[in-house]
Amino acid sequence: MTEFAAILLGTVLVNNYVLVQFLGLCPFMGVSNKLESAIGMAGATTFVLTLASICSYLVYTWILSPLELEYLRTIAFIMVIAVVVQFAKMFIEKTSPLLYRVLGVFLPLITTNCAVLGVALQNTNKGYNFWQSSLYGFGAAVGFSLVLILFSAMRERLAAADVPLPFQGAAIGMITAGLMSLAFMGFAGLI
Amino acid sequence: MQMLLDQPVLAAVLALGTLALIFGGVLGFASVRFKVEGDPIVEQLDSLLPQTQCGQCGYPGCRPYAEKIAEGDVINKCPPGGQATVDAIAQLLGVEAPTLDAGDAANAEVKRVAFIREDECIGCTKCIQACPMDAILGAAKQMHTVIAEECTGCDLCVEPCPVDCIDMVPIATTLATWHWQKPKPAGLIASDRDHQAA
Repeated sequence: MTEFAAILLGTVLVNNYVLVQFLGLCPFMGVSNKLESAIGMAGATTFVLTLASICSYLVYTWILSPLELEYLRTIAFIMVIAVVVQFAKMFIEKTSPLLYRVLGVFLPLITTNCAVLGVALQNTNKGYNFWQSSLYGFGAAVGFSLVLILFSAMRERLAAADVPLPFQGAAIGMITAGLMSLAFMGFAGLI
Repeated sequence: MQMLLDQPVLAAVLALGTLALIFGGVLGFASVRFKVEGDPIVEQLDSLLPQTQCGQCGYPGCRPYAEKIAEGDVINKCPPGGQATVDAIAQLLGVEAPTLDAGDAANAEVKRVAFIREDECIGCTKCIQACPMDAILGAAKQMHTVIAEECTGCDLCVEPCPVDCIDMVPIATTLATWHWQKPKPAGLIASDRDHQAA
């Protein structure tokens, strides 16, 4: 139980995928303009990331390992992720047209979200079992969601703020992200 | 199993090929199972339009216009909805909001309202039926009048009037109606969209 809590805490705060490991920065900057779409993106990424880490664990353990094809894991994981994203896209399009309208552009972005591939590869590197892998994927997704939503809320405030001309636009966004990253570095040594 | 281990290349090709086949099957099944009928965006566009069915956009009502927008028509053809509707549609579609194209009806900057010359009105109720906003008050054989606040200046009542007693009058700015210009919207911080537009 302590071990699971450690994995969850470790992925959400200490080794946060976005702010500490700097993976998945593209949606972090791209989809954080509006809180609403950030929440949607966070939900979609959580869904995809958890499912992708489970699927890639299964593919690795039951197909690649027995055939001694571990060296093919990157290609295989990319395939798994692409399929999971495509499936999630169809699922969302059917069940929530509004969310699809908001996320339609960004869902394919999850495919190339390096955090997803990063989680799958880290799972095999760390030799996690099924439950640990799922939890690791879920924790990474929760960490991503937390940071994305926090950041988008800040950017909404920044949009109305009186920012000096040279810092307007992406510059102040990057600076904010950097400060958030510094803050998250403070969690190092928590576990 | 042993044979596959002896032939690593064959094993690799087989494993990835089988995986791809399975995934293809799953996606094929999903595309049938989660097939989306119709275009849900039309419903949302239709709900944003003012439902006055005035036809000033050139289409016979709000829903046909919503369908045309979904097919890529410009979104600024709705004078009754005003700039607010254009902005809302732009928000929904994620495009930049163009300024309202009010057509001939309100090429002048000033907002106009219908005005019925009441001594000439014969009380035929035809303009009441034409008004999409229910902005004209009156009864048969009684003179009618326009509720200026409800009138969107759409011109639809002018045509049916048999005695041509309806004028479109611009609303003059008075001390009571004058207001400060609205501030420009704060420039949002950069997004991918800005770069696409540039």
